[in-house]
Amino acid sequence: MSTRTIQGEKNLQDIRQASKDGIGGSPLRPDGTLKVRGEFAYSSDMWHEDMLWGMALRSPHPRADILSVDISEALKLPGVYAVLTHEDIPGSKFYGLEIQDQPALAIDKVRYHGEAIAIVAADHPETARRAVKKIKVEYEVLNPIVTEEQCLAPEIHGYVHEPHEYKSHGSGNICHSQKLVHGGGVTDEIRALADVIIKSDYEVGMQDQAFLGPESGLAVPAEDGGIDLYVATQWLHVDRQQMAPVLGLPEDKVRLTLAGVGGAFGGREDLSMQIHASLLAQRTGKPVKIVYARDESFFGHVHRHPAKMTYEHGVTRDGRLVFADARIVLDGGAYASASPAVVGNAASLGHGPYNIPNVRMEAIALYSNNPSCGAMRGFGAVQAAFAYESQMDKLAEAIGMDPVELRQLNAMSEGDSMPTGQVIDSPAPVAELLQRVKDMPLPPPLDLENLDVRTLPGALSNTSHGEGIVRGIGYSVGIKNVGFSEGFDDYSTARVRLEVIGGEPVAMVHTAMAEVGQGGVTVHAQIARTELGVEQVTIHPANTEVGSAGSTSASRQTYMTGGAVKYAAEAVKAALIEKGRRRYGWTQSDITLSGGKVVSESAGPLVPMVDLLGDEAIDLTREHHHRPTVPFDKETGQGFGHVQYTFCANRAVVDVDVELGLVKVVELTAAQDVGKALNPLSVIGQIQGGCTQALGLAVMEEIIVKDGKVRNASFTDYLIPTILDTPPIPVDMLELPDPNAPYGLRGVGEAPTVSATPCIVAAIRQATGKALHRIPVRPEHITGTL
Amino acid sequence: MRVTFTANGKPVEADDVWEGESLLYVLRERVGLPGSKNACEQGECGSCTVYLDGTPVCSCLVAAGQVQGREVRTVEGLSDENGELGLVQQAFIDAGAVQCGFCTPGLLVQTDALLDADAQPSDTDIREALSGNLCRCTGYEKIMDAVRLASARKCAKAASE
Ligand code: FES
Ligand code: FES
Repeated sequence: MSTRTIQGEKNLQDIRQASKDGIGGSPLRPDGTLKVRGEFAYSSDMWHEDMLWGMALRSPHPRADILSVDISEALKLPGVYAVLTHEDIPGSKFYGLEIQDQPALAIDKVRYHGEAIAIVAADHPETARRAVKKIKVEYEVLNPIVTEEQCLAPEIHGYVHEPHEYKSHGSGNICHSQKLVHGGGVTDEIRALADVIIKSDYEVGMQDQAFLGPESGLAVPAEDGGIDLYVATQWLHVDRQQMAPVLGLPEDKVRLTLAGVGGAFGGREDLSMQIHASLLAQRTGKPVKIVYARDESFFGHVHRHPAKMTYEHGVTRDGRLVFADARIVLDGGAYASASPAVVGNAASLGHGPYNIPNVRMEAIALYSNNPSCGAMRGFGAVQAAFAYESQMDKLAEAIGMDPVELRQLNAMSEGDSMPTGQVIDSPAPVAELLQRVKDMPLPPPLDLENLDVRTLPGALSNTSHGEGIVRGIGYSVGIKNVGFSEGFDDYSTARVRLEVIGGEPVAMVHTAMAEVGQGGVTVHAQIARTELGVEQVTIHPANTEVGSAGSTSASRQTYMTGGAVKYAAEAVKAALIEKGRRRYGWTQSDITLSGGKVVSESAGPLVPMVDLLGDEAIDLTREHHHRPTVPFDKETGQGFGHVQYTFCANRAVVDVDVELGLVKVVELTAAQDVGKALNPLSVIGQIQGGCTQALGLAVMEEIIVKDGKVRNASFTDYLIPTILDTPPIPVDMLELPDPNAPYGLRGVGEAPTVSATPCIVAAIRQATGKALHRIPVRPEHITGTL
Repeated sequence: MRVTFTANGKPVEADDVWEGESLLYVLRERVGLPGSKNACEQGECGSCTVYLDGTPVCSCLVAAGQVQGREVRTVEGLSDENGELGLVQQAFIDAGAVQCGFCTPGLLVQTDALLDADAQPSDTDIREALSGNLCRCTGYEKIMDAVRLASARKCAKAASE
């Protein structure tokens, strides 16, 4: 063991030595010290003297008409300050990310298990809990619409939303659909060109983001009649945009400040407690804090869409893909959330990073009485990757080819076209990434002589001493888009200020970027240091006083807000140099900022920045818009829809106890092209975290929904990987710059979550010989006792 | 009821404590020590781990009344009197084991207890000891690095003393 630990120290020295604190280095997180001290203020730590606690009454039924709501008993309880229903909402009663179909509090009917009906403010969380219990709701319980068959036959089973209830509502119970045809599509003639055709059905369960920090925040009524909200979110401005109309306030009277965020992974893209806390604060005139309990968190945010998929591929004997035909049905649940965009991703990325001459695809999202689904890491690309990568393994087996070789043979690379017709105009090293994971050393084989049962499947439960354990290896690769797609004007704003403080030049970076743990704050400081040649950078708290930063999602924040910080810093630098030119008449063309000085690269230092700045601050704001994209054609799916693509390949080694159906992932290797690693330590951390969520989806994570009811809304019953379930995750990072991106960088966070799930399943298949068409893989799928 | 105990070496008292309140709630909402985190309040995630009379426990599972007269040490008490970071705290920062950091306070206390019991645990020992602490962000690899680093520093320090 001592060699391991000494090595740990050495790695650290390497990192330190490489670290210049500018981009490409790995300076430590500016919030790290506060976090390890327990002093970092997360949203659930917000506190105000005299504050009240808010809580919601949630529906026990997935579908019901509300006949009456009686709040009188709840109001009588001492310590209760307010009980509100939809009737008390001052403004619009609906909100939504893409379609305003979601009532802030249920009106006349509930559409999913856990929908909020009424809210309470009280002086203690327990008082609030008791008050919630005293609200009497009379329901007429209806049969929930929960299966694809039911959803697609609304004339028999009914509508989740009455047709045309909302302006942009799709037809029937279909929330959104997208078709795609590429090459000759899929006809009998094209089918005839294939030597082998494989058709299978696949299913993905409903995964949860399961961030650790519960939805929470504090709403404080302001003297001007507005609301100040301190909240954990992914996008301050879009929260405000949805909140203000409901609160009946102009946007400038709804001010949001980011409170510490304990993870997000897409689950904080939709509103949760924001409107409820603000309504209660408005009504009571007192600060109101809401902190979800874990079960409420499961009800209070959207999940990853469960999917049913049919995939058909044709291949020639020598391994060339001929055609692919797919249908993806995503269950979007009761409200639209981000379903339309998820469908766009599923359709356009759903055939993987492969050149396939003829393609057909249809992806749809349903409205149902299941829990609402929306954004989660990998956003619409995850479900399809399980299906297309499973198909690649089947095809390889059918023609007797190595599965990595088959993938490499068909791998897309720079200059190739997506099935949408979009030409990939930056590196796409798909074959190389696969080669890299394949070439990495394998972990030592299972040593039955010297084994520690804690490392086996079943681990601490001591279920095996090596008998019945079989090892398997699997491979996969995936593709994910970066940034918001399909014509969305996705932009970010940054303000950079340079001034002299305490005799030193100091840069301040102000953005509305939600730091959700990904490390954006570290990178912003690195960018400012690099561009302005200063040591000291402070990061202003993220709030709505500066322009929108867009969402911390879609792997876009370093690209978008990082880009905005770069451009604002460049503008500040240009302004400072211009000031020097005017004052000193410099004529050199190679003037830049470095080490706290204005320097000419050829002539050396010109003047300390401190002297040039004097008492004046340079304070400039810039926006970064990425290059425009267009919506996909609804019928053909053609169009330049995505900003950037990112690729990750994985190899999984698993041990399976084939008698008990238990799986232990022994090692999960990743190779990813990150364009340029602005902070290698954070990049690797993101890749490892993304792989682990993929592992969760492969073997354990699922929200169990029966007849619309959630059965496992707790960390006791919804399992996320522990440190014992998670193996070493060696990461091989490739840096091929994207000419269109700031610094050449490529979004990082999601690609591993797309690619790592299928390789774990592939490894289990190799160990067991089972077909495994559904994830998460459960013991009974392996033992065949289902 | 009134509950008195010591937190990080200092006597504290909380009034009007409702008998159903947990130690976690009292620490976070009543005595100004919000460092221990509330992620599940069911004993499943370890985010709320504190020392109670020297033993790490999930403070969400301890009723406030149970700590009457006892000694609690939280993440806030892992730094020394001068505010200097403890060895385990520093290692978590240095190794990049902190992302959102919500799991961190609980992991720090649990790691501190592990290294107290065994300054040089094997990787499997570390995994076993930390298996009650969920982290959703890091994939645990950097947490392993942090514990190994803390172990190495602790051993080096012991050797030099
Ligand atoms: S909050 Fe105590 S174990 Fe999760
Ligand atoms: S760092 Fe976010 S939960 Fe561990």
